[in-house]
Amino acid sequence: MPRPGFVLEVDRSTPSILTWHGEGFRLERLPPGRSRVIYAPEPLEPLDDPDDAVRDALLHPLGDCPPLPELLFAGMRLTIAFDDISLPLPPMQRPDNRQRVIEGVLDLAAAAGVDDVVLICALALHRRMTEAELRHAIGDRVYDAFAPHGTLLQHDAEDPSGLVYLGQTDQGEDVEINKRAAESDLLVYVNINLVAMDGGHKSVATGLASYRSLRHHHNVKTMRHSRSFMDQEHSELHSSNWRMGRLIAASGVKVFQIETTLNNDTFPEQMSFLQRREWEWTARDRATYLATTRGLAMTTPRLARSIFQSIKSPHSMTGVHAGEVEAVHAATTARVYRQQLVDVDGQTDIAVFGLPHLCPYNVNSIMNPILVMCMGLGYLFNMYRGRPLVRQGGVAILSHPTPWAFHPVHHPSYIDFFEEVLPATTDPIEIEKTYEERFATDEWYRHLYRTSHAYHGVHPFYMWYWGAHALEHLGRVIIVGGDPKAVRRLGFSPASTLTDALEMATDTVGRDPSITHLHCPPIMIADVH
Amino acid sequence: MPAAELPGSIEPKPRLPGSVEPKGQLPGSVEPKGQLPGSVEPKRRLPVNTESLTPAALGSRLRGVLGVHPPSTFPLASPTWPGGVPRPPLEPTLGMDFDTEWARRYPVRLARVLVSELVARPAVQALAAPRVSGLDRITHLDEPVIFAANHNSHLDAPLLLSVIPERWRHRMFVAGAADYFFDTRVKAVTFAFLLNAVPIERQRVSRDSANRVAALLTEGWSLLIFPEGGRSQDGWGQPHRAGAAWLGVRTGRPVIPVHIEGTRQILSKGSSRLKPGTTHVTFGRPLRPMAGDDPRALAAEVELAVAALADEQTTDWWTARRRAAARTTPSLTGPEAGAWRRTWALAERSSRARRRPSRRGSGAGRWPRD
Repeated sequence: MPRPGFVLEVDRSTPSILTWHGEGFRLERLPPGRSRVIYAPEPLEPLDDPDDAVRDALLHPLGDCPPLPELLFAGMRLTIAFDDISLPLPPMQRPDNRQRVIEGVLDLAAAAGVDDVVLICALALHRRMTEAELRHAIGDRVYDAFAPHGTLLQHDAEDPSGLVYLGQTDQGEDVEINKRAAESDLLVYVNINLVAMDGGHKSVATGLASYRSLRHHHNVKTMRHSRSFMDQEHSELHSSNWRMGRLIAASGVKVFQIETTLNNDTFPEQMSFLQRREWEWTARDRATYLATTRGLAMTTPRLARSIFQSIKSPHSMTGVHAGEVEAVHAATTARVYRQQLVDVDGQTDIAVFGLPHLCPYNVNSIMNPILVMCMGLGYLFNMYRGRPLVRQGGVAILSHPTPWAFHPVHHPSYIDFFEEVLPATTDPIEIEKTYEERFATDEWYRHLYRTSHAYHGVHPFYMWYWGAHALEHLGRVIIVGGDPKAVRRLGFSPASTLTDALEMATDTVGRDPSITHLHCPPIMIADVH
Repeated sequence: MPAAELPGSIEPKPRLPGSVEPKGQLPGSVEPKGQLPGSVEPKRRLPVNTESLTPAALGSRLRGVLGVHPPSTFPLASPTWPGGVPRPPLEPTLGMDFDTEWARRYPVRLARVLVSELVARPAVQALAAPRVSGLDRITHLDEPVIFAANHNSHLDAPLLLSVIPERWRHRMFVAGAADYFFDTRVKAVTFAFLLNAVPIERQRVSRDSANRVAALLTEGWSLLIFPEGGRSQDGWGQPHRAGAAWLGVRTGRPVIPVHIEGTRQILSKGSSRLKPGTTHVTFGRPLRPMAGDDPRALAAEVELAVAALADEQTTDWWTARRRAAARTTPSLTGPEAGAWRRTWALAERSSRARRRPSRRGSGAGRWPRD
């Protein structure tokens, strides 16, 4: 029986706490008597036979939706869209959930005699996946069957001939999505719901949309009114996507949604100490920690990055639901909450976030300073339900090396954003007003997005907006162990050690502040009462 | 002079004490052996006595030369068996009756693991260069299973034992034909040790053999079985027998269909020469038998699944799935036609498999534009 999440009150007998620091980790002592550490629930039991569970879900859908075989017929146009490289994190060991589900859908399509099948990677404005990444996500069998025939596509949000405009929502939001998906007799969307924000109407309304459509919810106003992204009832991002999703359904696009959930078994056996409570570390765990930290200290950042990027997570499928979008998403969200929610009493003056090596936008890539900001203030800060973990005007301490380094192929517009925009201003509103359109319509970025493996020109703006709520909420952001120049460029304060950072934070929150460390990963959501 | 001695008669040589008087010969007569009185003396023969060349006689002579005394006799030695008493039949210890229990004891298992990991697997890698696919279909299983594969060559079992995931590989036994692998003691011991082979009856239905195998499955061992019952004669498969399916239904263990391609080119039936080549092993989705299922129906399902895997290997997964759904998967047993047409069709199938685009072809890393 897995143990639920847990909040540890730090006292003098508490051992040092593992704190992530990019491609590495440290053991940090937190001040006793006023610090606490939030630990994630232990991984839920996986499904005994995921393939059977997938088939069962397809045959017994939720909501007002017939079983999948009844929606399939010979001569139809079937499109299967699936999540891109940003999920799950870290990438899971084979077979990926997407492969299991797509094979299950195709089995039924084959039985129904469906010939016209196209697979689309729903990458929105993310970078195109490489062949190896696609093979990992959907499996060699599916890849070899579709890619050589040109029926495995990646969504192109800048292809005028590949998009169709469906209209405006009652809030004036344009809805423009992938033409093949919209004009199919059936669109099957295959999700991996790593966090509560994933899935639902967001899958199609975001994953298969164009910039013209996305800008209506990927903006500062929406992000600031999403409190948090993980709480659907209080997320404007969620509401906007729901409006668009309903318009898509009303336009006659028939969507069969399939959502899968994972447990938070994040690290392989040899690194399992990373998700164990420190006082339960065995001698082997301690030896592994020492060997790993000593070894990493002797490696170059590039080698350390490739070591960490090669980690494949042993995530297992804990649930699969299929059918009507909203009914499916309700069931999925309940299951995600069951794995990730931790009850936390009250807010804190200072939140400490150890940032790992990975966020959704640097898989097989570099976590550049903009992504550090997005991971800390966009994601970890938003891992709450109810109220933010840190109080209004409080301090967030991030721990990450924050190197002045960018992946030139994946993040070309990030480089210009960092060099050109941030020196001028870090205010999200000002950035949105002054610079967004130029980057979004830049022909070179557009070309790289469509033909190479580059994120869209506007993507670094969205990363900055992602942290807009935290920037507005927090009194100060301190980054421990980061490149001081890069940290200052972000508008934050650099600190050498956690002790220094805590000392610096007292300038903002006063003496003897309360401190809370979110021991993440594994992923969790603080349910702050 | 003795009264009986006639003038001119030849005096017989004095006989050694204890010598035997020749039969039918009067004492003292010197009639040559086998010669009738008054007949012509035959030509002289070489003085070779064939009786003196028997092993017993040679041994006796050798002992005499060496001065070694004959061994002790009964009761110091075992008694001889009276010629008039019939000997009781010997307890059979080969074939179905060969006891393989010893091959599953810990020291033997440990020795087998060492041989398997240090010798057999590297050798198979060098000889057969296996490419494995479909392992992702069985990653979620951690219980004992039945691997049911097509059978082309003696290389099939070592090949599979080298690519089956470790959680099953070292706790696995192989169903071996009692009349082939267990007909001599040397073969029986060799195969029991190297493959953990267990004899099964393939000529007739044997409850004992099935019970023995089922007991091992229940004890937590996994089984590798070739339901065709023997190697392919001409490269095409043979109809599946129901043994593997019966065991699945009886024990409730999942049956994993496996397709092997390429071993016949390396070591075909009747050949003793190894020709290094490449092989492809494809694992299929497990079939879960339920109590009360019809073993023959399950056997047909396993056969279809293996045929679909073969189709997947020859074409691609989606084509294979569509043909399986439409019940048009090419049969593993090939066309019902004359020998040359079967061989012709087999060559065509192999060339289709070779034409299949390489996984890491020239376009690796590049994306096909729509």
